Amino acid sequence: MGYKTIVGLEIHVELATKHKVFCNCANEYGAEANTLVCPVCLGLPGALPVLDKEALEFGIKAGIAFNSKISNLVRMDRKNYFYPDLVKGYQISQADLPLCDGGYVEIELEEETKKINLERIHIEEDTGKQLHTDESSTLLDFNRCGVPLIEIVTKPDMSSAEEARLFLDKLRATLKYIGVSNVKMEEGSLRCDVNINVVNMESGKKSNISEIKNLNSFKGVVKAIEFEEKRHITLLEEGNNTERETRRWDESKGETILMRRKFGAADYRFAFDGDIPPVSLTEEEIDRIRESLPELPHDKKDRFIKEYELSSYDAGVLTQTKELASLFEDTVKYINDSKLVSNWIMGDVLRRLKDDELEIEDLKISSKDLADLLKLVKDGRINNNTGKKVLKEMFDTGKAPEVIVKEQGLIQISDEGELLSLIEKILDENEQSIIDYKNGKDRALGFLVGQIMKASKGKANPQLANKMLVEMINKR
Amino acid sequence: MDITSLKAWEMKEKLLNKEISSKDIVEAHIKRIEEIEPNINAFITLNKEEALKAADAVDKKLRNNENVGVLAGVPIGIKDNIVTKGMRTTCASKMLENFIPPYDATVIEKIKKSDGIIIGKTNMDEFAMGGSTETSYFGTTKNPVDPSRVPGGSSGGSAAAVCSNEVPLALGTDTGGSVRQPASYCGVVGLKPTYGMISRYGVVSMANTLDQVGVFGRDVKDAVLMLNAIAGHDRRDSTSSRRSNSGVFIGDDDNESINLLEGLKVALPKEYAEMGVSNKKIQVLFDEAVKVFERQGAKIDFVSIPHLKYALETYYIIMTSEVSSNLARFDGIRYGHRAEDYKTLDELYTNSRTEGFGEEVKRRIMIGTYSLSAGYAEEHYKKALKVRTLIKQDYDNAFIDHDIILSLTSTMLPFEFNSIINDPVEMYKSDLYTVPINIAGLCSMSIPMGKVDGLPVGLQITGDRFMEKNIIKAALGYERAVL
Repeated sequence: MGYKTIVGLEIHVELATKHKVFCNCANEYGAEANTLVCPVCLGLPGALPVLDKEALEFGIKAGIAFNSKISNLVRMDRKNYFYPDLVKGYQISQADLPLCDGGYVEIELEEETKKINLERIHIEEDTGKQLHTDESSTLLDFNRCGVPLIEIVTKPDMSSAEEARLFLDKLRATLKYIGVSNVKMEEGSLRCDVNINVVNMESGKKSNISEIKNLNSFKGVVKAIEFEEKRHITLLEEGNNTERETRRWDESKGETILMRRKFGAADYRFAFDGDIPPVSLTEEEIDRIRESLPELPHDKKDRFIKEYELSSYDAGVLTQTKELASLFEDTVKYINDSKLVSNWIMGDVLRRLKDDELEIEDLKISSKDLADLLKLVKDGRINNNTGKKVLKEMFDTGKAPEVIVKEQGLIQISDEGELLSLIEKILDENEQSIIDYKNGKDRALGFLVGQIMKASKGKANPQLANKMLVEMINKR
Repeated sequence: MDITSLKAWEMKEKLLNKEISSKDIVEAHIKRIEEIEPNINAFITLNKEEALKAADAVDKKLRNNENVGVLAGVPIGIKDNIVTKGMRTTCASKMLENFIPPYDATVIEKIKKSDGIIIGKTNMDEFAMGGSTETSYFGTTKNPVDPSRVPGGSSGGSAAAVCSNEVPLALGTDTGGSVRQPASYCGVVGLKPTYGMISRYGVVSMANTLDQVGVFGRDVKDAVLMLNAIAGHDRRDSTSSRRSNSGVFIGDDDNESINLLEGLKVALPKEYAEMGVSNKKIQVLFDEAVKVFERQGAKIDFVSIPHLKYALETYYIIMTSEVSSNLARFDGIRYGHRAEDYKTLDELYTNSRTEGFGEEVKRRIMIGTYSLSAGYAEEHYKKALKVRTLIKQDYDNAFIDHDIILSLTSTMLPFEFNSIINDPVEMYKSDLYTVPINIAGLCSMSIPMGKVDGLPVGLQITGDRFMEKNIIKAALGYERAVL
């Protein structure tokens, strides 16, 4: 105790535009190396960049979604440095005039809602990729060169690994909502660096900031922060301090490893890129983009609580992705029972997705089919357990619930005459159980119900069968 | 008839009248080039076979009575910093000695579309840095007027090729006078249009906010012919302007009976007058040229460009800063020269660039890197950008009441080889007349106005942004008055 952790994040997000940010090459992931290139993104002599309107618009959308002030003047600068994956010897980025200034993201802690403030969001181009071979040579793939990026820099407002995770979850969900990025960390469309240090609350002594790179998952971010917290505190406790340095997260070892010490700030010799004339943005243009945004997650959550009378927790889960929220709302439209729909989605639908490690986009079940299934359950035509079985079948095959029910003859037996003869038969076969029941052994009743369900292949309406069974035993 | 001594517009007329074929024109020029190149060295790379093929294609079109473009059959030299698909583009540097671009610059596409014939790539100062073509990795180009002297630079090869009838037209680039000064030294017409008039797509950047493609011809009409073929907005160059689409056709000005100088409002910067010219004969020639304008009915007036005195410093800071960034891509990784000897990545960069670049290029990269460095950028680069705005405003004010500004193109005569290149500061000073025009993004041209000691001297006519028609009108008027 006695230490506070200070975490700030730098997040690079690839924008899912049709084209690269300065040329007409397709912006796609996973193509054969060096097939999505042209003179512009290869930085060949004489080639010139032309700013892609969609990339600019996507950057503005992100800024609006995160409550930033959008700059009325878009100016691109050159960040000069040498690296093999950087084709021009400079990266086109933004220096002192970022596209979006400030902003914040709210995260839900147990006790409170916490505001994580943003420093800025700016737009820039991605670099190529290096592949190091066994023969100590390096191959270069320039497909990623010129893919549009936004860099989101937070203020050091997070004080734990958990807060960082909540922030990233929220950030990712929002970016996905507004459709500006695929935000897949495993494909590198979302990349996160961590800046961390700790401060001793009694003495006020601070450790020096470490920058952690090579984080390939949110889990990695959490583990790296936890590892660094301990490392920083231990060093301070020993009367030492951390160095200002960049470290690399080693997933297999579960630890951070020194990459390089920082000696003063790197000098990138930023200068205005004269190839791209500044773009003026009027408030009207910014408003037009604002109006084109879909409902944002936190607005949607508030609406769900009010409109569907959901708990804050349920509304939070259901609005995590746009697809899940739509599934819920569309299903409710068909079957006006928000509690029932929410229970089934929060329960079986999400569980199935999790078990099969699928995303909501992969779901084969339409809202109409889900509503039809819930109607069958609600009307008592199938029982709850059968409903779950049908859902699994729908999940695997995408078939409509009626089709599954018909194919497998699963309609619940609620016909009293049919149940009567069935129960008579079971009672005739199990006279001992009747005696046991009458002698006060309640368990016997459960056994008899089980026998009825078995004989009916699970189709007997359980409430009705139960009621009739008790009546019929008592008559004997 | 010697075809090579004709103007481009004359060749075109004879071609369309079927007096000569495109093949005749190209063959005559190839022959001329073969004769004269050993003495002049205006070209780095020749394109004979392709040029003959292109000529055949034009002749075929004419035989089939198809329409041909405005440059039909005209041989054109291209400065070797403008990329040509499949044809080596060296920037006169060891760095790009074997670089074959996979694409055509927009101006090359336009020339091809206009049925112009690209005859080869012309010599220049390395990466267009220099004013004498002496920094070329491929040897110096000699001034055809006096082969003991430089042709000027950096587009010295293009100017010399046009001067010596190797081609009637050529393209150059002008960052601080690199079209106008060699035009002056070789006694030809050199036109640097407004920044944004011609696409820079495919033009290897030296200082990208100053660079502009320019044209060389042996008379004003030829330069205008070339300009009209290549000007215009290009969506691949965001700095090219839609205002460039209006065109600069000569139109009624082509009627030789009209006095184009009558009523023209001419400004003379008094800062130049106060500085004076050390070579008095050059001053006399200029004063006579002004009198020609006056006699033809132009109104002559002095104006002040107060910030002219900061133009050179401003230029050298902005230019070198941009150079240091623009030339960073030549790192030996993907194309261009790569050192054979290196152990680390840093050594690969350092050795490749040390070997690949010449001294002047390295000097400018060093100065520019310094000007952009943290702690210095504020007092150098950023301050220079502010002064640039002031210089622009000075010219804006001058053009409120004037159509053109007249001055010398250079205060110097073409100098002898090795006489000045060891003193870079003296060479920088000679840019004082041309450099401010690039800083302000204006249009400007140099036209021959006579000779001093047998060496050509150029008259510089400058106009406001996108007012090419004014300088062309003045140049045509002057040409008619003195011929």
